[in-house]
Amino acid sequence: MKLTRRHTLMLAAGSAVAALLPMRAAAAAEEAIAAFTGGADVGSEGITLTAPEIAENGNTVPISVSAPGAEAIIIIAAGNPEPGVATFNFGPLAAAQAGSTRIRLAGTQDVVAIARMPDGSFVQASREVKVTIGGCGG
Amino acid sequence: MAENVKPRVRVPREVAAGETITIKTLISHKMESGQRKDGDGNVIPRSIINRFTCTFNGETVIDVQMEPAISTNPFFEFDAAVPESGTFEFTWYDDDGDVYTETKEIAVS
Repeated sequence: MKLTRRHTLMLAAGSAVAALLPMRAAAAAEEAIAAFTGGADVGSEGITLTAPEIAENGNTVPISVSAPGAEAIIIIAAGNPEPGVATFNFGPLAAAQAGSTRIRLAGTQDVVAIARMPDGSFVQASREVKVTIGGCGG
Repeated sequence: MAENVKPRVRVPREVAAGETITIKTLISHKMESGQRKDGDGNVIPRSIINRFTCTFNGETVIDVQMEPAISTNPFFEFDAAVPESGTFEFTWYDDDGDVYTETKEIAVS
């Protein structure tokens, strides 16, 4: 194939769009994280996120998260059209600051969990989940 | 659209004093995400359960805020402390204003 002016332009436009799409999703995820942490520094100790390495069906991906002593844990899927997944708030009778649920993932992406500790600090864990069939029904 | 919504909760009937229990909850709900389109290309409006809470004798165990990324038939598993005999109350809040509740008694032996 000869590289004509038209082809070059199309390629350039295509790659620009391709570069923009994940950036927009990532920006939304960062906004969701900032809304939860208020821009505070985020550590990495004391939180466990369990998710399958490969999920065949993105419609129902089992995950569990545990952060001993946490007040609240937010789960974010950065590659989804809407990054928010769930926020667990633990009351005085929660025996363990842990929970399991099933979530939808649009495609292969990192799932992030951030816990807020009673002293106002934040810790984060993330896992990459490879999704064979996306769960957005698009 | 609150049809065939049926909460299912598993709580042990008895617990030894000082022990904690694991609670599993499931509620049948289609959790329409607002991202899908029907055959004519129209977006199907969002219709989800947006909040789930569990309390024991009025005190909070867990309070979950849910987004459309939670799967159909939302499932939650968590641990609870049982300081005395009493009642667990589970509540789900639907986008359309409906509230679904389920209660389970537990005795401390």
